[in-house]
Amino acid sequence: MPLSSVQETEIKNPPVSKPPLDPHLKALENEAIHIFREVAAEFERPVMLYSIGKDSSVLLHLARKAFYPGRVPFPLLHVDTTWKFREMIEFRDEIAQKYDLDLVAHTNPRGKAEGITPFTHGSAFYTDIMKTEALRQALDAGQYDAAFGGARRDEEASRAKERIYSFRTPDHKWDPRNQRPELWNVYNGMIRKGESVRAFPLSNWTEVDIWRYIQAEDIPIVPLYFAAERPYVERDGMMILAEDPRLELQPGETIQHGMIRFRTLGCFPLTGAIRSTASNLEEVIAELEIATVSERQGRAIDRDQSGSMEKKKREGYF
Amino acid sequence: MTATATSASAGTSSGATILPFAEPVKAGRDTRPLRLITCGSVDDGKSTLIGRLLWDTKAVKEDQAATLHRDSGQQNDLGLPDFALLLDGLQAEREQGITIDVAYRYFSTDRRSFIVADTPGHEQYTRNMATGASTADLAVLLADARAGLLEQTRRHATIAALMGIRQFVLAVNKIDLVNYDKAIFEKISHDFREFALSLGVRQITAIPMSALKGESVVYSAGATMPWYEGPTLIETLELATVRSAQAGGFRLPVQRVSRPGESFRGYQGTVAGGSVKPGDSVMILPSGTVANVKQIVTFDLVRNAAVAGDAITLVLDRQVDVSRGDVIVSLDGQPMTGFHFEAQLVSLQPGGIEPGKRYWLKSGSRRQRVSVEPVSQLELSTGKWQPHASTLSMNAIGKVRLSFEEQAVFDTYEQNRATGAFILIDPDTNNTVAGGMITAKRGELGGIHRDGQRVLMSLPADLAELIMSSELFAKRRDETEIKRMTASQAAEIFSNAASDI
Repeated sequence: MPLSSVQETEIKNPPVSKPPLDPHLKALENEAIHIFREVAAEFERPVMLYSIGKDSSVLLHLARKAFYPGRVPFPLLHVDTTWKFREMIEFRDEIAQKYDLDLVAHTNPRGKAEGITPFTHGSAFYTDIMKTEALRQALDAGQYDAAFGGARRDEEASRAKERIYSFRTPDHKWDPRNQRPELWNVYNGMIRKGESVRAFPLSNWTEVDIWRYIQAEDIPIVPLYFAAERPYVERDGMMILAEDPRLELQPGETIQHGMIRFRTLGCFPLTGAIRSTASNLEEVIAELEIATVSERQGRAIDRDQSGSMEKKKREGYF
Repeated sequence: MTATATSASAGTSSGATILPFAEPVKAGRDTRPLRLITCGSVDDGKSTLIGRLLWDTKAVKEDQAATLHRDSGQQNDLGLPDFALLLDGLQAEREQGITIDVAYRYFSTDRRSFIVADTPGHEQYTRNMATGASTADLAVLLADARAGLLEQTRRHATIAALMGIRQFVLAVNKIDLVNYDKAIFEKISHDFREFALSLGVRQITAIPMSALKGESVVYSAGATMPWYEGPTLIETLELATVRSAQAGGFRLPVQRVSRPGESFRGYQGTVAGGSVKPGDSVMILPSGTVANVKQIVTFDLVRNAAVAGDAITLVLDRQVDVSRGDVIVSLDGQPMTGFHFEAQLVSLQPGGIEPGKRYWLKSGSRRQRVSVEPVSQLELSTGKWQPHASTLSMNAIGKVRLSFEEQAVFDTYEQNRATGAFILIDPDTNNTVAGGMITAKRGELGGIHRDGQRVLMSLPADLAELIMSSELFAKRRDETEIKRMTASQAAEIFSNAASDI
């Protein structure tokens, strides 16, 4: 929204174009806005982790709602591994411009210096350096004392126990056994210098909630979430999108074409597509409601071992 | 809206506790999520019950189940995965086989979605239960049909009631292991009903079930329990009420002041009670300034009204001094303001709550200094409050007096959960050390203050004579003031003092 509408003090009633949110989504939205405002008021240097995915898109929409008619009062931080899908980066830059956002993108210089790629170093090591370590670098550089993330408790078992304000030590460690109790919606934002909090406004949302909210609020998302005819190769039981020249075909691999889409978006070599014909929101939601596998199934990094997410989180990963 | 059937049954007292089950209101998805807490020990089958709920509502996906199979290499005798593994998300728990903290689970049916606070049944259950119960609308209490109502179940029910939960479901589990005996079920549910009523909880539904076999959880038991005609657990949950936006005046704890341009000033927060519309007169507390509401601004549209739960931006019709932590309230039905309050609290950390220590208290968006004086402690085994003026150790539930250095604003927790609840933060560690609920405001002369210079007492004449005849008293006679009066005169002085003359 342009600020000019604010200057008039009287804010004109925009034409009502969409029906009101159903009470379920409204309750989740209210809770998220409350968390955004609370963190923005209590911390000196908040930042929002922006991964460009569907959850980040919802998170950003909620942030804009929370601070309207003002601007979003903190920067967005994108940890760029340089291995994201091309369409993600295009989408990111478009959104930042459209909504007048302060976008900070950070890449771990070790990636280039040491030639660390998901192909050469294995997903576990690559993720540790290019995501976890990169995130720590960026948070330290910005001296951020609070970082919003789009994690949901229904995603993964260790997330289920994470607080909405998740306390981190100066070296970004999460100690699941010593979390602060969190009662009602009264959040404890008291920290010492160097310590920080990760704040999760979407904690109580489920994957279906995210999609239904995107639909109800008409939130733009990366087109890769919708099925289209795309080139891919099959590798380690995953369908990897084959459009980046850095993807080298291995013996026996061929580029195939088919109707595919993605349930989650990350680094293209580590993110598997699913076969799908769902090319719009209605079809995606319909597909989801009968899905029998979880969304993280397509993520290589979660499959290294059971409990791998907890391990990464302890080390500072989101 | 779906709640009518359940509330209508509040007074039912038949042993079978079967609700008059109205035709379910077709709610579609237009209900708010129901938040519930499950209480029971591992032996009662709590993990099995939650696992069963997730499994039968299809909240567990195939790959998650496959991970379970891979990790455990075992399944129960029905060919289902070990549900406890699904729930115990943290490595430490898997290794030790115990649940150590509150976890949140999500599942939904066609009618409604649910958020379950899953808390451990043994170690430190008071602290974890209090955390889980703080946001819950309903408590599911498990009892093993073979064991009946245990002290543990009574303790859980006591804590749930204390935290303000007014809807209980008693899940009489493992009914298959007592041959689906109706008499056993009725005995346990009768005992429980008596007990719950003594806690002031009137909405009680008892359900005989086998979580392991999935009977009366999501699917009805059918042939095995022809004598049970009541709802399944999921039906009961679908029809339960969300803890209502409390009756009473409008409350907006101000989270932040929005000033995007010179001419716009809005107060942002979540409505914590009542409703508001443009034109309403409001008061800003604690200052007491009065103004009128000019606009209710949200991203989507300028609204004609806002109700409890709405996250809004309020614009007033004049320049007034409002900052974070203030509460904007209606002129009618104002909250209590003052320096001294009474509260109940749950001590959450190993150091306990120390008498006289200065803590941070956070309630709504307001954080202020407070000192705490314990008065009594709840004995969970008997439900009785015992005098207790020293440190309230971890997991203790106490009645305390709060003394503030600056004016505080509260409702009682009974009247408004949002403006009557608080947490205590230890300034030395920054940790959350207690969760509390305001029960009353105290008069300025309402009792013995640790920091007060003088103490006013009203004693029976014979006791006063005894004290005055002591050697200690005689030595310091010059420092005392004594007046004799009738009992009713004394009572009047104290009641005046307590209401803040």
